[in-house]
Amino acid sequence: MADELKYNGTELLATVASRMLEDNKSVFVGTGLPVVAGMLAQKTHAPGLLIFFEAGSIGPIVPQLPISVGDSRTFYKAVAASSMHDLMSMCQSGYADYGFLGAAQLDARGNINTTVIGDHAHPKSRLPGSGGANDVGSFANRLLIIMRQSRRSFVEKVDFVTTPGYLSGPGAREKAGLAAGGGPYRVITQYAVYDFEEETKRMRLRSLHPGATVEIVRENSGFDIIVPDKVAASPTPTAQELRLLREVIDPRGIVIGK
Amino acid sequence: MKILEEGKGKLIGWRDPDENRQWVLEHKSRKLEDKRMTAADAVTRFVNDGDFLVMGGFGHIRVSMILIYELIRQGKRGLKMAGKTAVHDSDVLVAAGCVDEIEVAYTFGHELRGLSPASRRAAESGKLKIAGEISNAGYQWRFLAGMMGLPFMPSRNLLGTDTLKHSSAKVVEDPFSGKPICLLPAAYPDVCFIHVPRCDKYGNAQIDGIMVEDFELSRAARKLVITTEEIVDEDFIRETPDRTAIPFFLVDAVVEAPFGSHPCLMPYKYYFDEEHIGEWLSVSKTDDGVKQYLDKYVFGVADFAGYLEKIGGRAQLEHLARVEHYQEQMRAPWVDARKDGGK
Repeated sequence: MADELKYNGTELLATVASRMLEDNKSVFVGTGLPVVAGMLAQKTHAPGLLIFFEAGSIGPIVPQLPISVGDSRTFYKAVAASSMHDLMSMCQSGYADYGFLGAAQLDARGNINTTVIGDHAHPKSRLPGSGGANDVGSFANRLLIIMRQSRRSFVEKVDFVTTPGYLSGPGAREKAGLAAGGGPYRVITQYAVYDFEEETKRMRLRSLHPGATVEIVRENSGFDIIVPDKVAASPTPTAQELRLLREVIDPRGIVIGK
Repeated sequence: MKILEEGKGKLIGWRDPDENRQWVLEHKSRKLEDKRMTAADAVTRFVNDGDFLVMGGFGHIRVSMILIYELIRQGKRGLKMAGKTAVHDSDVLVAAGCVDEIEVAYTFGHELRGLSPASRRAAESGKLKIAGEISNAGYQWRFLAGMMGLPFMPSRNLLGTDTLKHSSAKVVEDPFSGKPICLLPAAYPDVCFIHVPRCDKYGNAQIDGIMVEDFELSRAARKLVITTEEIVDEDFIRETPDRTAIPFFLVDAVVEAPFGSHPCLMPYKYYFDEEHIGEWLSVSKTDDGVKQYLDKYVFGVADFAGYLEKIGGRAQLEHLARVEHYQEQMRAPWVDARKDGGK
């Protein structure tokens, strides 16, 4: 392997995630890795990727990594610098093809916790809360979740359902009143990509990253992951993707340096 | 309408629409008058202990830091705060002891910088009460309902989650579709601070870049203090009325405050001061550090001009303006430390 094709886990995560974003579709991105993946997709296979930021930016060409999803970098060369009401309303009415979120804890049905570890009244660790995550999980047609996988983060039961995945299973979102047909689409971790089995809406292994195995995936999960007979190999970063990540998108390693 | 589910979060900021309408009729003057005053006078006149405070902007974007420092300097207490993408604004206010209760959409975080040591400490120790949970769109639509003079706004978020269970929203059966729908209670801030790039002396204000939720907030708030980078002539406003985000009769006070959002970002004017925010995140890991910070930057200066000198004066502010315009790289010790630590 050529020297420049060595990469760290976060760079792999960012490239795998970026390949999932389709050209000429819209994506609502959250802070951190989702922004990096969106920027990378825009600079490679998806120049027509329509990026939304919750604070009101519509269709920017993000010039450098924003520190905040309301940062002036998020509305650089945007088609509109609008408002949260405008943006969120459009997402609620069906203009968000993809939503893209991180998570602190995730369960087998893609329910996300970013609110609290431990009891809500007496938290072990207080986290920031929903932010726009509940809105993205409720409104996006397909939700992408990107996170680091471990027994602590992939749990049988999340301490707090901040953002809806498939809730208790098939039909539960619609029964709760959420928009029909939405929900988690893929989960991307440092080991693998997962989708959701249609009949159970439980997480299923879809592809393994280089070096990862079914055993590693299972060891690093607090719930049973469905493993099909055939598991694909995840795409690996190209030299161009790595160059863009390191030299253009995040030259100071704020997100990918970790 | 049948109630299907009720959140157990505390209802804050809600008012009967008729009561608020009457209050507006009696208290909001329609007279075009000069409302300029100092930050100290604005806080003294328009903020009471225990008020429900909502900040314009986005937590660390276009927030009125000049008024936040003034709240701390005047020792305001018992404020209830909207944690609607609350970042640096709420972190400093909670650490200083001004805010004792917060409703959380996003709080306790500094986005890419990581979590907020001081306000998390307050939440985890129980010193800061959590009134309830909500989402960003959920909070924003509470203000939309307030602005419209309605008791609630229907929405299709929060449903099915613990966020709803810990919110002040209710779920009912929608009489049109027959499906469950979330009702977000209206929210009327007692006092709202909005920082803008320019306005006239009456308060007619323009906003550059994203509006976030300031259109709705300015109209839902009972008392509204505008701080502005620049005061412009009334003629300037009237020549481009399509640019007015906030008309004067919503505004109670106008405070001229160049760099009034420092160390936060003011779109098209200046970028985050990551050296200063980094210093805050580092010292605020302890209560002693918080005290030293406030002694140095708030109590140790007479006013905001004194503060701007202390953070590096003109040289630093010009650097931040160049960073905002992509002419210089930001100086961010926390970024360098993270990169070194990551290798």
